[in-house]
Amino acid sequence: MMRFKKSTWIVALLAIFMMTAIIGCGQQEESAAPDQSAQPELKTLKLATTTSTDDSGLLDYLLPEFQKDANYQVEVIAVGTGQAIEMGEAGDVDVLLVHSRAAEDQFVEEGYGVDRRDVMYNDFLIIGPAEDPAGIKGTTDAVAALKAIAEKQAAFVSRGDDSGTHKKELAIWEKATIEPAGEWYIEAGQGMGDTFMMANEKKAYTLIDRATYLALKDKYQLEPMVEGDTALFNPYGVIPLNPDKFPNVDYEGATAFAEWLTSEKGQKMIGEYGVEEFGQALFIPDAK
Amino acid sequence: METILQGIKEGIYLILQMDAEVVQVTLLSLQVSLSALVLSALIGIPAGAASALKKFPGKRLLLNIVYTLMGLPPVLAGLLVYLLLTYRGPLGRYELLFTPAAMIIAQVLLATPIIWGLTARAVMTLEQNVYDTAVTLGASRRQASFTLVREARNGIIAALTTAFGRVIAEVGAVMLVGGNIRWATRVLTTSIVLETRTGNFSTALALGMILLTISFLVNLIIIMLEKRTFRYDNTIQIT
Repeated sequence: MMRFKKSTWIVALLAIFMMTAIIGCGQQEESAAPDQSAQPELKTLKLATTTSTDDSGLLDYLLPEFQKDANYQVEVIAVGTGQAIEMGEAGDVDVLLVHSRAAEDQFVEEGYGVDRRDVMYNDFLIIGPAEDPAGIKGTTDAVAALKAIAEKQAAFVSRGDDSGTHKKELAIWEKATIEPAGEWYIEAGQGMGDTFMMANEKKAYTLIDRATYLALKDKYQLEPMVEGDTALFNPYGVIPLNPDKFPNVDYEGATAFAEWLTSEKGQKMIGEYGVEEFGQALFIPDAK
Repeated sequence: METILQGIKEGIYLILQMDAEVVQVTLLSLQVSLSALVLSALIGIPAGAASALKKFPGKRLLLNIVYTLMGLPPVLAGLLVYLLLTYRGPLGRYELLFTPAAMIIAQVLLATPIIWGLTARAVMTLEQNVYDTAVTLGASRRQASFTLVREARNGIIAALTTAFGRVIAEVGAVMLVGGNIRWATRVLTTSIVLETRTGNFSTALALGMILLTISFLVNLIIIMLEKRTFRYDNTIQIT
């Protein structure tokens, strides 16, 4: 009698677990695309992109419109450019939207992707504490600014994650013929938002893309120091994966996405994003 | 301090408001972690009991390995699963990467050693006379072994709650193999990382409160079932 009771309860416990799992499943599908119930055959597309496009809110603004036009739901995996390109080389996603021109060209050259297109650009700025120990506020030469920071050994937080922003930063150090090292040079190994947070806590300088800066600036105290240098220019490219190399990828969807981003409509939307909220566009469309 | 209070306020508001995205993220967290828990229990309890009761060469070594894996870093488990499931990997053709299934697999990898190890320990602490009594009462070897597992249930329930706590709270593995995709693989812990990264500390705290609340509720259910199931048993009385 007692034994029967025990096993009943164990079965009941298992049943509850399973039920929750199944309910979870159903709920998820239900809410997955709340406004798309009229279109049953919504296809999904996997996009590996940088944290900057996602954290800035640009994708949240663009993707619902693309979904309406092309009937593709884009699943966004936001990582550093290095990891995004790695995912592309492994064939785990359908399309890349990244910003590291050299790495992108190599990606296409090695046959992983095809038909890279320019989409837009934004720019970086060097931000830092109001005290400005390196005395660079208001200057417009990024290379000279980094030289001054290194000379003063003023704290500088680097992304340190092989991302597009990190590569950009390293390129400027290289132009300054400095190999940054030492206690003042902090390699965060994290995304832009985390790096901003860390630089703020440490009252350090850092290199940041304008989109992330504008989106987050009210939460932290760091101020713009150097901006407007062409060395701080940051172009984004969209690259569908090569269907010959990866038969598993949705090349059609990836191309539709690339075409949409570079279409008149997509370009117009990119140029308008942020104007209302921040008083300036976060990304400048530059598709040919 | 202000942020913390704001977070608590926002947390209560978020729970009451039943925002569709928060609900979906919470349910996915539960779905992934409970599925992982059930699968790990199905592997871990029998394996733990068998490795405690059976005599075989390398038993100590095996148990030592299991105990070591109880401390497997989540991000390492995630990386292993990632490398297995990537398109070029051995299981790539199933296209499971960046799906809840991948997250469940990674969490099973984390939870199974915990259930296995703690079950083995619980069974091993039983006295020989439990088995002997069962045999004396006419139980077959198999029935007597089941008796042992039943006698070890408190330890096994502790194993289940520990394993659940581990998987519902981990972020390294699900971030890597799930990809934190909105509406698809975003769970509470990866949302907390995202909100922290984008500077929304109070929302991150609010999500943390939800995480703790559901963890509390699941444990409450387990404890209530435990009580109702075993209310006829003797517990130690301090006199």
